[in-house]
Amino acid sequence: MKTRILIRLKSGVLDPQGRAVHHALEAMGFAGVDDVRIGKLIELDVSESTTDKELRAMCQQLLANTVIEDFEIERLGSVASENA
Amino acid sequence: MSFKAAVITFPGSNCDRDMAVAIEAVSGEPVTRVWHRDSALPAGLDLIALPGGFSYGDYLRCGAMAAKSPIMRALVAEAHKGVAVLGVCNGFQVLTESGLLPGALMRNQGQRFICRTATLAVANTSSPFTHGFDKGEELRIPVAHHDGNYFADPATLDALEAEDRVAFRYADTAHGSLNGSQRNIAGVLSADGRVLGMMPHPERAIDPVAHPALGSDDGRRIFGNILKALVGA
Repeated sequence: MKTRILIRLKSGVLDPQGRAVHHALEAMGFAGVDDVRIGKLIELDVSESTTDKELRAMCQQLLANTVIEDFEIERLGSVASENA
Repeated sequence: MSFKAAVITFPGSNCDRDMAVAIEAVSGEPVTRVWHRDSALPAGLDLIALPGGFSYGDYLRCGAMAAKSPIMRALVAEAHKGVAVLGVCNGFQVLTESGLLPGALMRNQGQRFICRTATLAVANTSSPFTHGFDKGEELRIPVAHHDGNYFADPATLDALEAEDRVAFRYADTAHGSLNGSQRNIAGVLSADGRVLGMMPHPERAIDPVAHPALGSDDGRRIFGNILKALVGA
């Protein structure tokens, strides 16, 4: 089963990378960009029996650093979201 | 006196030899080198050091993979028994990822790798690492990192300050923050004061003959503090 894990910096956390990319977009002449935030997408191919709980544990223990990041787990056809 | 120290090497560590050389130079005792796949540490250690470098190529996040390696389970158990742990640079990142220290090290605010000698102000003077210093005393210690921007939420930062767990702060901030670290934090202690994580590299500032040209031998004093606190030398 294909599963996508979307990892984003928490809203209060400054994103220096996003800010640099924002500046670059403006320097290139793209107007109207209010903010840029950069995260990462992790694709997992897991067995059908993998539970939401197991996926959450993978995110909490390794894939995301919940001090600075939130994660979202997207299973094929269903979306379960968790703000850690 | 007998001082038993171990230095952990992960794939991608590159300051492990320097760390061992520094500890041996100050203590006069051989240091045990431990590989990341080992699951046990030697008995009776006084100090475990996590060196700088790019463990596991900084995959996923700096220190994230190393924090889950077999040797880290043993290290966390030893730390909980009170064995002193020093994590420098990538070692600091590994300590935050392992949960032994709070917060996280993010990409430097200016996006650039910073490699220069930094001025630190001593904040804590009661830990095994800092007891020989005066509060506010300045040290010159090199930094070399891309991800040294210390972040923790305001409640955690307030608690760290209230509990006297900030070991060092960046002091040369007249032209702005060194790397964007919250409250200019350069080093953080565990609640019992026996685990220190710091981005600057004391092991790169230990030789009074070689280092005037490079900036300082203040790092040697941190190792001297450790020795005095742990074995009374």
